[in-house]
Amino acid sequence: MTIRTLFVANRGEIAVRIIRAAQELGIRTVQAVSAADQDMLAARLADEVIELGPAPARRSYLDTAAVLAALRRCGADALHPGYGFLSENADFAEAVEASGVVFVGPRPETIRSMGDKAHARACAVAAGVPIVPGSQGRIEDVDAALSEASRIGYPVMIKAAAGGGGRGIRVARDADELLKLVPQAASEALAGFGDGGLYLEAFIEDARHIEVQVLGDGTSVVHLFERECSLQRRRQKVWEEAPASLLPGDLREELCKSAVRLAQAVRYRGAGTLEYLYDRRRQAFYFIEMNTRIQVEHPVTEMVTGVDLIREMLLIAGGVPLRHRQEDIHCRGHAIEVRINAEDPARGFLPSPGRIEELAVPGGPGVRFDTGAYPGYQVPPYYDSLIGKLVVWGEDRPHALGRLARSLDELRIGPLATTIAMHSELALADDVRSGEVSTSWLERWLTPPSAGRSDAA
Amino acid sequence: MAMHTIELTLPGVFYQRPAPDQPPFKSPGDPVVAGETIGLVEVMKSFLSIEANCDGIFGRYLLADQSDVDAGDAACEIEV
Repeated sequence: MTIRTLFVANRGEIAVRIIRAAQELGIRTVQAVSAADQDMLAARLADEVIELGPAPARRSYLDTAAVLAALRRCGADALHPGYGFLSENADFAEAVEASGVVFVGPRPETIRSMGDKAHARACAVAAGVPIVPGSQGRIEDVDAALSEASRIGYPVMIKAAAGGGGRGIRVARDADELLKLVPQAASEALAGFGDGGLYLEAFIEDARHIEVQVLGDGTSVVHLFERECSLQRRRQKVWEEAPASLLPGDLREELCKSAVRLAQAVRYRGAGTLEYLYDRRRQAFYFIEMNTRIQVEHPVTEMVTGVDLIREMLLIAGGVPLRHRQEDIHCRGHAIEVRINAEDPARGFLPSPGRIEELAVPGGPGVRFDTGAYPGYQVPPYYDSLIGKLVVWGEDRPHALGRLARSLDELRIGPLATTIAMHSELALADDVRSGEVSTSWLERWLTPPSAGRSDAA
Repeated sequence: MAMHTIELTLPGVFYQRPAPDQPPFKSPGDPVVAGETIGLVEVMKSFLSIEANCDGIFGRYLLADQSDVDAGDAACEIEV
């Protein structure tokens, strides 16, 4: 069936993005809003606006009953969940489909099975997709630890079987260290958790975050190459690129094929992302989890492939089989996205909600700015701090970096504090320019080397 | 004795308690020391501590638990 009316169950820039794709397909849009979002850009662009409830997300965008009631009231025949909020809530997706409305995303059982990390890892193993290597269950004694560690390869992490949240983790770089650390770790685990059981896992130093975009129609799956999102703060991505320039060509093909195998194994429907860690030293990638929704950073993939991912999601949800064969999808040039947040990097990323008086968006070739804001828009304090995403494309990475620096100079948002200036500095940083970054690089870069010392003196 | 109020610097949602199942940070009559947390403001998915900026005796909250608040709102009274 073709979608006639689409219910947009999200807010901010992604709601705008979804409305635009729907309108280009001639689909009518109904934008769901909280009491605080009546004036957001998506509400202005949509054909109809329907209120969910009060400002806090748990009483509006996260309130399953309120969303389902609004959905019934407006008579839409499909719902796009965007990212975050209810996008990966299998019970919600099930309730939407049970009410006869198409959920623009995977089948509820796929959301459920991939949401269970242990199950997702088991699916990966079954599909021949590598996961972070570790010991087969617990290690019983030092000899077992030595043989498992040499199988895994050093450095290895020694973890308490009963531990969690990073507690009690030790890193052994060779057999001598392992011999010293295993008894220590075992007695500490016994004292701390009442269980001295240990297991080993490969320690990935300077890990890089790489992810593969896939599209499926429930039968076939194609990949749209990979993104690299190693620049993170508190596990939140702030800068994303496509493709991952450091990956050797043969490994890249292997990575993308592994993602297709796993997505195919679960008969994936819609747009999805498989996240991996890349270990440069071992020249190996390891699956960590699958996100069963569109992602914030999807535009970099769109810039290098020319495929409109939201449009494809809507077409697939409407019953159209995949329109691209793998050999039709090419990656051309290089794209970078930076997240422009209402936060003050100079004050520990303190949130900075408020009214946007000035918004000057950069132009020129290869530049895209996705935002839910406009001059005069009041950024509410209730939701995340993302104001917009600046995305640039260049023929190669240096070209894209130059374009990014230039576009950041043109972009003006005021008087709120934003992350624009930080991104300008990042675009000039040597390690960023040479691509020598890992998932811990940004936090180190943000910490002044002698913080606190001069104060103490 | 003078009554001192603590004003918020950011809008968001105000919380009198560290967690829903816990008692409020302060009750009327409690001693307050400068730097102590008297409440939280949730703004853009971050929780910021609201700290007392003087020593004294806690009077009362001027904002309801889980209420929408604006920058400049007075959160509580402290007798100094």
